[in-house]
Amino acid sequence: MTDSSQNASVDVVEPQGKPREKPAVGHPIGLLAELTHRCPLRCPYCSNPLELERRDAELDTATWKRVLSEAAALGVLHIHLSGGEPTARPDLVELTRHCAEEGLYTNLITSGIGRAPGMIDALFDAGLDHVQLSVQGATAETGDRIGGYKGGHEAKLAFAHKVVELGLPLTLNAVIHRGNIHEVEAIIALAVELKAKRLEVAHTQYYGWAYANRAALMPARPDVDRSIALVEEARRRLEGVLVIDMVIPDYYARYPKPCTGGWGRKTLNVTPTGKVLPCHAAESIPGLEFWNVREHALGDIWRSNPAFNAYRGTDWMPEPCRSCERREMDFGGCRCQAMALLGDASATDPACSKSPFHARMEALATAEAGGAAPDYIYRTIGGAPEPREAETHL
Amino acid sequence: MIAAETDVPRLPRGVKLKYDAVRERHVLLAPERAFDIDAIAAAVLALVDGQRTCAEIVDALALQYDEKREVIAGDVLAMIGDLITRRVIER
Repeated sequence: MTDSSQNASVDVVEPQGKPREKPAVGHPIGLLAELTHRCPLRCPYCSNPLELERRDAELDTATWKRVLSEAAALGVLHIHLSGGEPTARPDLVELTRHCAEEGLYTNLITSGIGRAPGMIDALFDAGLDHVQLSVQGATAETGDRIGGYKGGHEAKLAFAHKVVELGLPLTLNAVIHRGNIHEVEAIIALAVELKAKRLEVAHTQYYGWAYANRAALMPARPDVDRSIALVEEARRRLEGVLVIDMVIPDYYARYPKPCTGGWGRKTLNVTPTGKVLPCHAAESIPGLEFWNVREHALGDIWRSNPAFNAYRGTDWMPEPCRSCERREMDFGGCRCQAMALLGDASATDPACSKSPFHARMEALATAEAGGAAPDYIYRTIGGAPEPREAETHL
Repeated sequence: MIAAETDVPRLPRGVKLKYDAVRERHVLLAPERAFDIDAIAAAVLALVDGQRTCAEIVDALALQYDEKREVIAGDVLAMIGDLITRRVIER
């Protein structure tokens, strides 16, 4: 038995001895359905783009149902119902039921506030499989400050109790940064207290709002090392009680993350307006045209949209990736990070120690973490800050 | 961990055994995970129903397959124990 979220077992094997025209296209495993960008929280690390979509631009119910059916036929196993706050859409119950009818596994990614508590019973009845609840800290003081929503933390705890009472499996997701890294131990204890089965200790990845807020969020290296040691100790202590997944902060990493498991290889993302992306930040790469489910079937987009084939496989890679023994482990890291930091989406992710820019990336992080933290730019629809200037390029 | 023969394993809400028609094989779906299931693992999981003990599951498989009970018991208790550790199976 293998865990196909982490290995290459679903890849199509190309016949030998034949020149390749297009990279091999496998079956996607997961689809992130960003149903809306509306959200009661205002987290400064939000992974949504700076230009947030408004309600009147969102896909309608019938289109989402068609997309979900096409996803099932394409081989998708998990649907991640996300946003924004997905319960802001009154049709979420209907969409969840539709997924269950299609045999799709549904994962609700929620803040737990707003309409979520009032909707969870109906979602349970519709066949929801799993809830991933965000927490912004271990205490109300920290959580409410980061989420920009007074009373949010207490409401989340009440929601967590309700999820567990219903018998739904609960995962807590905590995005870690300078403002809450000292609470990692308490967040682990909170997950146990709430009877979560899983905890994601996810160090901030710097895209979207998090990139705009990087200097306010970047933790210092010794704090990062301490948080990793705490998680490793807790994993041993809590074996069989709590599964802890950790996302490492890649500015301090030795090797890059295998972003989305490889471009156009395992996952796809549908935005509130119907654009299909290989990852949630892909629109930050200029020159790629992303097709929309309003005009194309999902399978056609997955196989034939040139944007999906742009960085698929390994043929696009420059050195040092091209000859690297890790090229099919991390797929050159993250294209969006190479774009953001180097202005070149096809460069080796500077998070890799083999990148000539790696030392400068780490120095940038160290300098930002050591300086005074600026105020957060809170996430708001229509509140996008000016794009960062090119001086942040390495 | 290794499961005990007296354990009564079950698949809780949020864990599903499914035949994947696109890839033509069984998969075990769990939160943020999909496990590829071979024919033997699928035979074990088909008997995990929240009623049978591990001992009864081993007995049923020993009848079904031409293999010594102790060999089957070793494999089944290790596999179920692993999935308990990962919080995929409850007991």
